[in-house]
Amino acid sequence: MSLLEVKGITKWFGGVTAVDDVSVDVEENTLLGIIGPNGSGKTTLVNIISGFVRPNSGSVLFKGKSLIGLPPYKVTNLGIGRAFQMVKPFFHLPAYKNIVVPLFAPRVLASTGGAYGDKDAVALDVLEEVGFERDSSVPYKPASVLPHGYLKRLELARLMALKSEVLILDELFSGLSIAEVTSIVPIIEKLLSEGKTIIMVEHRLKELFRIADKVIVLNYGRKIKEGPPKEILEDDEVKKAYLGVEV
Amino acid sequence: MNKRENQRKERIARGVKARSDDIYALTSYREMWYLLFPRLVPIVGIAIVAFFLPVYWKKVALSTCVFAMLAVSWDFLSSCGMLSLGQALFFGLGSFTAGALNHYFNLPVYLTIPAATVIGAFLSTVILLPVIRLRGVYFAMVTLILPLMLMRLIEATKILGGTEGITRLSPLPNVWVEITLILAATWVALFALRRFISSDYGLIFVSIRDNDRAVMASGINIYAFKAQALFIGSAICAFAGAFMAHAYQFTGMPVFAMDYSILPIAAAAIGGIGTLAGPILGAFILVPLSEFLREFGPLRIVFYGLILVVCVVALPEGIFHYLSRKYGEMERWVGLE
Repeated sequence: MSLLEVKGITKWFGGVTAVDDVSVDVEENTLLGIIGPNGSGKTTLVNIISGFVRPNSGSVLFKGKSLIGLPPYKVTNLGIGRAFQMVKPFFHLPAYKNIVVPLFAPRVLASTGGAYGDKDAVALDVLEEVGFERDSSVPYKPASVLPHGYLKRLELARLMALKSEVLILDELFSGLSIAEVTSIVPIIEKLLSEGKTIIMVEHRLKELFRIADKVIVLNYGRKIKEGPPKEILEDDEVKKAYLGVEV
Repeated sequence: MNKRENQRKERIARGVKARSDDIYALTSYREMWYLLFPRLVPIVGIAIVAFFLPVYWKKVALSTCVFAMLAVSWDFLSSCGMLSLGQALFFGLGSFTAGALNHYFNLPVYLTIPAATVIGAFLSTVILLPVIRLRGVYFAMVTLILPLMLMRLIEATKILGGTEGITRLSPLPNVWVEITLILAATWVALFALRRFISSDYGLIFVSIRDNDRAVMASGINIYAFKAQALFIGSAICAFAGAFMAHAYQFTGMPVFAMDYSILPIAAAAIGGIGTLAGPILGAFILVPLSEFLREFGPLRIVFYGLILVVCVVALPEGIFHYLSRKYGEMERWVGLE
């Protein structure tokens, strides 16, 4: 049995079928890449897994337990963390206070025995792991003045603070420079070495294919290809979906 | 200082503030005074003024404090992402609970006020639970209409005194007790809320306003937190309502009037939204102002409106934001390079 099983998910918005009968198994401690042209249903699929959107049909099983119908906070507390493509920090709060909020999730409180520890220190530890230097002023600045790269790291830090087993990263690399991506990749590799399972929705194929174990390709909501990165790169149908021409 | 050629105004934070946010404030009297002064001014100042006022203005001070509590509750709810246009609902439920307990069950004042605070807050929270998922203006519409519906319900069914209301409730012992009680309650509400909202637990409430989806994705049940915020916010209003019922020895349909919903928002707008202290400051300006303007007769509302507009246009950030900025920084002219 796979850790996360997505079976026959279909979701339509009005007349548009955003996700059409998509199935995929995510094995424990692997990195699944989801790629596809704009509007192919990648984010909708992520929204369905993380509980923000309810599918019209199909099922999502996590460790054999169905996630359909659970609200997002319950899915998160089961261990599936989700980072947003459009960064969603708490702009009024300093960066490290952004990470104090997830420390109040029942999942985290249970793991610390509900003890009231120094949450600021825990938050700073997590932020240091994603590249906020503790001794600099960066973690103490309000999120509203942080550059985009740091906000993306903040999204990642939220999932790490939640101790999520499955991390769903929705276009984590979008809008980042090559240097920034290069500095985030080791963090993802470290998470994998700690036994985490990662699902990445990406447009930055080069970087994704270097770290992914398996990739699925969506087009018009349908899964057109599934396999290891190497096969995907050489697939004619994938090239056609991306480039829009016969190859 | 006039504007000078080739110079610009530089704003710098007072050095004293940078050091005085923590235990380090205890290192010198200057820093302790710097921190204490803005907190002592309202407590000591208003208390002294309130106790030496003539009786008529003492009564004005009572209703000022009541509106201040409604305003601080409004600001707290809006800080938690709930835009309320129905403070009258919370206020009225508190008032009617106190009135009913006193009139039908003959409970004494020192029991009805605490009981009405809790029961009123509980009822308000339960009534709004079904719409707690609504956001922004949709939530606001529901809160706006509920007190008006309750008002007509009482008129139509003639329960709880109907249009006559419930009269001859037990009074509070004397005006000194009244003014001490309501002043203390106002300051407790203000300082407790300010402390609460800056605690780590309070951060969650503020985050819900910033971004409710991110709070959900942080594994937190935002509806449970919103319900808690509603309970706290409406408890403050319910207390004010219960107090008012006994201070005026009357409760009736007018407690659900729009005044109690709209004036707190006006107070928050001119005082400074999001500061909790601002709305109280706003109420302490608006309510006495409205009394001063009484001699203008029908023109009162015109002047009142004009002053309101001038305030909002001149200081859109709110008076409290402006004052705290001026208190925390110095200005000086420096040459342009």
